[in-house]
Amino acid sequence: MELSSLRAEHVITDKEAKTIGRIEELSYELRIGEVMTRNFISVAQDMRMEQVLDLFREKRISGAPVVAEGSLAGILSIEDLIRCLRAGDTQALVTKYMARQVVTIRAGDTVIEALKLFTQKQYGRLPVVDESGKLVGILTKGDVTRGVLRALESDYQMEEIRRYRASHLFEDIVSERSSLILRYTIAPRDFACGGQASSSIKKALLRLGATPQIARRCGIAVYEAEMNLILHTPNGGTITAEIEPHLINIKVEDDGPGIEDPSLAMKPGYSTASEQVRELGFGAGMGLPNIERCVDEMSLESAVGVGTTLTMKIDLQPPAIELRHRYAVSLGRWEKTRPAIASRQAGESGPEGEVAT
Amino acid sequence: MKPEEIIAAVDGQILVAPPSELNLVYGCASDLMSDVLNLTHPRTLLITGLVNIQSIRTAEMADLPAILFVRGKVPPPETLQLAQEVGIAVMVSPYRMFDCCGRLFQAGLRGLGKVKNAP
Repeated sequence: MELSSLRAEHVITDKEAKTIGRIEELSYELRIGEVMTRNFISVAQDMRMEQVLDLFREKRISGAPVVAEGSLAGILSIEDLIRCLRAGDTQALVTKYMARQVVTIRAGDTVIEALKLFTQKQYGRLPVVDESGKLVGILTKGDVTRGVLRALESDYQMEEIRRYRASHLFEDIVSERSSLILRYTIAPRDFACGGQASSSIKKALLRLGATPQIARRCGIAVYEAEMNLILHTPNGGTITAEIEPHLINIKVEDDGPGIEDPSLAMKPGYSTASEQVRELGFGAGMGLPNIERCVDEMSLESAVGVGTTLTMKIDLQPPAIELRHRYAVSLGRWEKTRPAIASRQAGESGPEGEVAT
Repeated sequence: MKPEEIIAAVDGQILVAPPSELNLVYGCASDLMSDVLNLTHPRTLLITGLVNIQSIRTAEMADLPAILFVRGKVPPPETLQLAQEVGIAVMVSPYRMFDCCGRLFQAGLRGLGKVKNAP
C-alpha cells in the first residue's frame, strides 16, 4: 500500500489508518503455528547435493531443512548450493554444505518474534519447532504476509457483520417508530470528564452507519452544549439523544441560571464566561453559534432563575443534500445547501470555499 | 508537512506518535476551543498553549489529527493517554506561539484564510 501517495491531495482515510495499525497489532497476536507452512519440503541427510540442486529447481524453493529421523539436522540455502557448484562438488553429501547451527522459532511464539529475526539476521526462512523440539513447519516472510492478510480479511468480515447488525438495528426491530435513546448526566465544573458524552454519541452514530461528516457535526454540537453545562451551570444538567433511522434529536436541559437574552447569546463572540473559564480556553462566545451551524434545527428556551432547554435536530440521511455537497466541493465551489442555515451569517469558510464543518 | 518536518521547523518533540502516516496541510493557532470548532479541515495542525484535556476533546470533535503545544508546555499523563486512545498525535515546541506559527508558515504550512462576512 503506497501511503506516501503521489497525488498531493490524497487523504489517508479512516479505513487506511485503521489497517496499518491493525497489521502491527496482528503481528503481536498471531502465532507462528497459525501462519507457517506445514507441508514443507525437506531434504534427507543422506542425499547428495546434486539431488538437492534438482529438487530446488523443480520445486522452485530457495532453501530447505535437512532432517534425520524426523528431527532437524541442519538447513540448506541457495548460498550453500552456490558454494558447492563453485567447488564443482555436486557429488558431496548434504551434510558437507548444510548449516548446522540453525536458528529456529517455536510454533507458539507470536509473529513479531519471527519478524524481528527476519530483519536482524536476514534469514530467508525459519524452521518451526514445537515445545518438544520436533520440526513442525517452515516460516517464510511470504507466509507471514499471507497470514496477516487472511487475518485482516476475517477482521473486516467481523466488522462488516457488526456494522451490518448495528445499521440494520432499526430495520430488524419491528415497530411503528423505533428510537435509540442515549442519556447522560453532566456534572458542573467536571472538566476532566468534559467531552465524554459527546464522544460517546459520536461513536454511536458512526457505529450505526452515519457518515463521518454527520457524526462530526453532531459531535461538535453536543460537545459545545456539554461544555456549556459544565461551565455555566451550578448543578450541571442532562443530555438526551434520541436516535431514529433518519433523525437525531438532542435535548440538553439544566435548572439554572437561565439566559437573559437568547438572541444576544447566539451572537458570535458574546460571552458571559468568568475569567477562570476563559483561562481554560473557553468563553470564546462561539458555543451557541457553533451549534447552530452544525445542526439542521435548533431551539433555545430559557428563563432566568429557572433553567434552559436546548433542542437540536440533525437529519441523519439527507442523501440529496450530501450528494449535492460532494458534487459542489468536487467542482471547487461551495454552496450552502442547508436551508435552515442558509440565511444565517455564522461560521467561517475554509480554503477555496470548503465548508467549515 | 509530515510530523518530522514540523518537529524540525519548531525544534520540537513528538509526545504521542501519529497512528498512521500523517501529512498536514493547514495550521490553526488558538487558545479558544470554540474558535477551533468553528473551522475545520481534516488535515489541520492545531497549535495551542492550552494543555488541558479539553484541547484533546476539541481535536477529537473536529477530527483534527495532530496538536502542537507551544511554550514547551507538556500536558499531564491523562491528557497524553486520551490523545493516544483517540489517535491524535501530540507534539511540543519550546518556541512561543508567534514563533511557531511564523516558522511553520515559512516551512510550508498554510493558513485557512479570512473569516467570511468580517467587516
